[in-house]
Amino acid sequence: MSSEQLILPTPAPLLSRKGWATFLMVLIAVCLVAPLLNLLVPQSSIFHMSDFAVLLIGKIMCFAICALAMDLIWGYTGILSLGHGLFFALGGYAMGMYLMRQIGLEGNYKSELPDFMVFLDWKTLPWHWTGSASFVFQMAMVILAPGLLALVFGFFAFRSRIKGVYFSIITQALTYAAMLLFFRNETGFGGNNGFTDFKRILDIPVTSQNTRMVLFVITGAVLLGFYLFSRWLVQSKFGRVLQAIRDAETRVMFSGYNPVSYKLTIWVISAVMCGVAGALYVPQVGIINPSEMSPANSIEIAIWAAVGGRATLIGPIVGAFLVNGAKSWFTVAFPEYWLYFLGAMFIAVTLFLPQGIVGLVRKIIGKNRMEGKA
Amino acid sequence: MTPDLLEEGAKRAEVSQLAKDKNTQSGGREAGFSRIATAGEVDVTHGRILYLEDVNVSFDGFKAINNLSLDIAPGELRCIIGPNGAGKTTMMDIITGKTRPQSGTVFFGSTIDLLRYNESQIAQMGIGRKFQKPTVFEHLTVFENLELALKTDKAVKPSMFFKLDSKQSDRLAEILHTIHLAGSVNRMAGNLSHGQKQWLEIGMLLMQDPKLLLLDEPVAGMTDEETARTAELFLTLKGKHSLMVVEHDMSFIRSISEIVTVLCDGSVLAQGTLDEVQQDERVIEVYLGR
Repeated sequence: MSSEQLILPTPAPLLSRKGWATFLMVLIAVCLVAPLLNLLVPQSSIFHMSDFAVLLIGKIMCFAICALAMDLIWGYTGILSLGHGLFFALGGYAMGMYLMRQIGLEGNYKSELPDFMVFLDWKTLPWHWTGSASFVFQMAMVILAPGLLALVFGFFAFRSRIKGVYFSIITQALTYAAMLLFFRNETGFGGNNGFTDFKRILDIPVTSQNTRMVLFVITGAVLLGFYLFSRWLVQSKFGRVLQAIRDAETRVMFSGYNPVSYKLTIWVISAVMCGVAGALYVPQVGIINPSEMSPANSIEIAIWAAVGGRATLIGPIVGAFLVNGAKSWFTVAFPEYWLYFLGAMFIAVTLFLPQGIVGLVRKIIGKNRMEGKA
Repeated sequence: MTPDLLEEGAKRAEVSQLAKDKNTQSGGREAGFSRIATAGEVDVTHGRILYLEDVNVSFDGFKAINNLSLDIAPGELRCIIGPNGAGKTTMMDIITGKTRPQSGTVFFGSTIDLLRYNESQIAQMGIGRKFQKPTVFEHLTVFENLELALKTDKAVKPSMFFKLDSKQSDRLAEILHTIHLAGSVNRMAGNLSHGQKQWLEIGMLLMQDPKLLLLDEPVAGMTDEETARTAELFLTLKGKHSLMVVEHDMSFIRSISEIVTVLCDGSVLAQGTLDEVQQDERVIEVYLGR
C-alpha cells in the first residue's frame, strides 16, 4: 500500500486569512465608520455621509441579501427561481403589518384600525391581523410566512421532479398570482396602495436619523452574517451535494442521496433569507405594496446574481451593488433608457462573462478554479 | 504483555478476519427455518442476490422488456450482451428504481422487494450503478467526488456537519490508488480524460461499498491498457461483490466472464459460457442476421 505519500486535501477554512481581514474591515466600515460619518461629522465636511447615501446603501444591502439567497438556489443548486420577489415581499408585508399597528391613533382617521381599513368601512381587524401588534409575533411571521410557503410549494414541485425552465415559469406565475391577490382590497393588505406612512418601530420614531442608522447597521450585520452562513453551507458536504445536484442529479440519486430533501432545504433557506431582507427593507424605504411582487422584480434578482457571478457568493453581492448603483444614477440621468441598459447588461454578461464579474476578476488574477475549461 | 501473547492475539484477530471475509459471500448467515428477517438486511441465504421474474415494461406500446426472468448469485460476475435495443439499459433502470415495470417481481436478496423503493433508497441498500455515459460531478474535484459517494448517513443534517474520519480517509486513499487517480486528487473531475472519468465513476461506486454493482459499458472509450486494468479490477471485486456488466467489447468479456446472458427483444435469449452462447444458432442470427 503506497497510500503514505498520498496527501488528501484538508477541509478549507471558512475564510482565508485575507478573507477574514476583508470581512472585519467591511464589518467595521458598516458598524462604526458609517454611523460616525453620518451622525457625527458635520454636514459641511466632505467626509459627511449623506442621509441619501445611508438610505441607498441600506436598500442595496437588502437587495444584496436577496442576490445571495438567489446564488444559493441558482448558482449552487442550479434551480433558477423567478419568484424570489414574492418571498421578499412577504417578509416586507409581515414587517409592514407591525409598522401599521404602531401608527396607533395617529392615522388620518384617528382610529385604532389602519387607515385603509377605515376607508373600506371595516369595523374590526380581520383574522390574519390578530398578532400584528406584537413585534415578536410579526418577526416570527417574517420567517414563517416565506418559509412555509416555500416549504409547501417546494415540496410539491421537487417531489414531482419539476425542473429547469418549467420550475422557473411556475415560480414566476406564483409571484404574479400573489401580486394579483394582494392588489385586491378584500385580501386585507391595503390593496394597491399597500402600507405606508409608518410612524414608529418599537415605539421609536422610524424616520429619525438615528433609527435609520440603526436599521442600516442591522442590515449590514445581517448581510455579513448571512454571507458567513452561506459560506459555511456551501463549504460543507451539504453544499457539495447541492453542486452535484446541479451537475448530475441522477448520479446524486444513485449515490444514495435524496435530492428532494436537499433541494427543499436550500429552497426554504433561500426564501427565508429573502423574507428577512424584505423586513429590513420596508422600515427603511417606508412603503410596501404589491408591485414588489411583480415578475420584473424577481427577474432583477437573478440579473444581479448573473452579473456578479454565480456560485461565488461574493459575486451576487457585488452584482447587487453594481446594478443598483448604476440604476440609481441612470434613472436620474437617463430615466427612459434604464431598462434598455439593464437588458443590454444582462445579455452582455450572459454572452461574454458566463462567470460574471467575479469570474472575470479571478481569471485575471489567474486564480480561476475552472482554468482550462471552456 | 509478553511477545507470545501478542502473537496469539494477532493470530486470533486474523482468524476472526478470515471468518468475516468468508462470510461476505453468503451474507454471513446460514439458512434456517426460524430465522427472523431483519428490515433492510439483504438475505442471500437462498443463493440469489438479485432475482427478476416475468418483468414487463412497455413504452407507448413498444415492449422494451418482455417477460424477463434473470437471477444473479452472490459474488457472481455476470456479463450481459445483446444487440442495441435489447433492453439492457432498461433492465438496469428497473433494478435501480428509475423505471417502474408494468408487471413482474424484482427482489434484492430473498426479502427486499425493489419495486417498493426509490432510486436513493435502493442505492443506500447497496446497489451501485455506473451509467453508459460517464457521469461524474464535473465542478467538484476527484477527492470531493469520491467523498460524496462514500457510504455514510446521507440525510441533510449529517451532511452539513460531515467530517471525514481517519478510517474513511484511508478507504478513500485506497480507492484512489485502485482507480489510478492518486495523482489527480485535486483536479476537477470535468478536466479528466474520458477513461479517467470512467475510472472515477467506478471508484465512486466502490466508495458506496455496494453489494451489487451494475456496470453499463464500463470500458467504452478506454485505451487497451485501461481496459486490461479494468478487467483486472473486476476480477478482484468478484466474490466480495456481485457484478452485472453490460458490454459490447467481446475481448473484454472474454477476459472476465464466467456466465454470459444474451438479451434480445427484452428477454433472455441464451445463457452460458461465452463460447457456448457464441455457438448458439439464435445468437448468431440476432447478431449477424440484422
